[in-house]
Amino acid sequence: METKENIIELKHIGKSFDDGFAAVSDFNLEVKRGEFVTFLGPSGCGKTTTLRMIAGFEIPSEGEILLNGQSITELPPHKRPINTVFQRYALFPHMNIYENIAFGLKQKKTPKEEIDRRVTKVLDLVDLEGFEQRSVSTLSGGQQQRIAIARALVNEPQILLLDEPLGALDLKMRKEMQLELKSMHEKLGITFIYVTHDQEEALTMSDKIVVMSEGKIQQIGTPEDIYNEPKNAFVADFIGESNIFNGIMTGKLKARFCGGEFACVDDIEEGTHITAVVRPEDVIFTEPGKGTIDGTVTSVIFKGMHYEITVQSGKNEMVIQTVNSAAPGDKVGMKVEPNNIHIMIAEDHTNVFNADINKAFHLEYNGTVLDTSVTRIIKGSKRMEDGTLIDGHGEVVDIDRTKIQISIRPEDIDMTDNAEEGLVQGYISNLIYKGDHYSYVIHSDLGQDFIVDDEDLWNMNDTVGLIMPVEKMKFAVKR
Amino acid sequence: MKKTVKIGYIALILLFIYIPILILAVYSFTDTANIGAKGHFSVKNYITLFTTEELLQMIIGTVLLAFGVAVLATILGTLGALGAFYSKKRISSAISVLNQVPVVNADVVTGFGICILLVVVFGVSKDTYIPLLVGQTTLCAPFVYLSVMPKIRQMDSSIYEAALDLGATPFTALWRVVIPQIVPGILSGFALAVTLSLDDYFIATYTKPATFDTISTYVVNATKGSQTSIKTALWALSTVIFVLVILFVLVMSLRSAKKEEG
Repeated sequence: METKENIIELKHIGKSFDDGFAAVSDFNLEVKRGEFVTFLGPSGCGKTTTLRMIAGFEIPSEGEILLNGQSITELPPHKRPINTVFQRYALFPHMNIYENIAFGLKQKKTPKEEIDRRVTKVLDLVDLEGFEQRSVSTLSGGQQQRIAIARALVNEPQILLLDEPLGALDLKMRKEMQLELKSMHEKLGITFIYVTHDQEEALTMSDKIVVMSEGKIQQIGTPEDIYNEPKNAFVADFIGESNIFNGIMTGKLKARFCGGEFACVDDIEEGTHITAVVRPEDVIFTEPGKGTIDGTVTSVIFKGMHYEITVQSGKNEMVIQTVNSAAPGDKVGMKVEPNNIHIMIAEDHTNVFNADINKAFHLEYNGTVLDTSVTRIIKGSKRMEDGTLIDGHGEVVDIDRTKIQISIRPEDIDMTDNAEEGLVQGYISNLIYKGDHYSYVIHSDLGQDFIVDDEDLWNMNDTVGLIMPVEKMKFAVKR
Repeated sequence: MKKTVKIGYIALILLFIYIPILILAVYSFTDTANIGAKGHFSVKNYITLFTTEELLQMIIGTVLLAFGVAVLATILGTLGALGAFYSKKRISSAISVLNQVPVVNADVVTGFGICILLVVVFGVSKDTYIPLLVGQTTLCAPFVYLSVMPKIRQMDSSIYEAALDLGATPFTALWRVVIPQIVPGILSGFALAVTLSLDDYFIATYTKPATFDTISTYVVNATKGSQTSIKTALWALSTVIFVLVILFVLVMSLRSAKKEEG
């Protein structure tokens, strides 16, 4: 095998549109010859825009794209040795299959005999031998997709770009095509850059995954890295199912989150605020009282291969996948093996908790009604005359299933000695001096830890009330 | 009962539409000079029509003008629609609003405006045919735009990019990939432009050379005049045009029916 040099490099690529929307910012990536790289992210994360910049359909507002070390940043698409497979195939309907595939070669004035030979060969590769004279409209979606791939591959591009190419196919076809694309990639040795929002597809096919959100790279790594060692809460949440908790390091290899103290393998300094990620399949049930935390089963869903069980532990919710069933109302204990807890240093210490909507459509937390209007929080909602609440899409809001997620920053919470004055009561379980203020962890009676920044020194284990001004809270609707 | 009423109603409406032209057609085959008067079967109107040099010149001139205008309007309208489609949204909607104005605007205003601009302001002589061509092209191009636009919208917009991606220059991509997709829209736009030019009276009167007449301007002048043989020959002309139109419509609808089957 030849030494693997970078075939394409994206350096500080940014793209802002005329309306000021920044689709991509400071995107840096190196792709090695022959790699299968996937851009993965929710819709609107900038993955397709990045692909279009590589193809040449968009010119970056900032940065540089190097192909084999040469800048192609502003080279028009027809001069790039790069071909694209489009999301909706983009076959030419007025040409037959042969003409579609031969189109690229004809532009390069390839001799007729060679075109014939290469078209036959590439049709063989995509398993559609003898389709030369068929018209596009007689082909099924899956066959059109294969022709689109053949039409790109016949030009022997240095890089093949694929923009959600399997999005329009049904599940079975999609699985089949995933494997076929993977084997085509291995056979041809062409660099593939693939765009998808389907995390499973990305994990199955890629050598390297680039997880994107809001125009920024969240993490670059192998599928294993991304799954096992997500760099932040977004990646953990997007790749597979996760339980994500805010917490704090309470000692050497000890972390406190979800109302319990867990042993872990990440050596992080005591007192550091962390985000802990636990995969649903890694939670082990025990007898009540024998695990790290206890809880009550609130829902059990049969998923075919396993049960998905939700357990309420204090104010925290844990989702567990297991082959053994349980019944709602069961009291259970839970533990997690230390190496199955993934700990990330939290960049953001914002306190997040869920409040309920009560029967009178007021926001209620810990038995206290908050002085705010639910209709203002749920966008476009209004109270109807029959007493129900309608959201912006005209659907009735089910107050039992709708939660309002409240976030509040540590510096916006005040502590008081008169515990009853506060929205939440608890005791100070940890404090760290941060130069100009102390950062406290309050272990609340509800089982949730709150982080509070305060300039004054309070004593460990003091019982305090937490005053949270409603105007400092941010609200989000959760179903 | 209900069915008879329905059919009767439709028949009545169609009768009102077709009876005037049928009367004209019937009288074009008689030797009388007044509609309503009794006459005998005769093809002299047709003989006059196809032998009078002046009439033939006028018909050929009108048809040549219509096709010339249609070619110009089709090119402009198609390019305009393509340009608007691939422009940014704000520019695109501005273009489509501006395109609506000449469509809705009264022809007499357009014709008078063109006449003022070209003849008075720029001093172009009407004898050059330029004001006439420009005027009728202005009338027709927006309609071509309107008939091409839906076809462009129906087209998968990524095929242009796909062609570029496969190494075609922007011109090749347009010519070999995009244009073939919108040919039906271009053709119906062209046909529309031909009919609009044939129909036009106002723009032609304001902009045509003094010695040249289109069918419309000629018919208006002739009906005012006293040359009865020419007047009755125009009945024959109307009939011929009507038959041609019927044939054209029949062929078109048969073709599209066939296409749907196959």
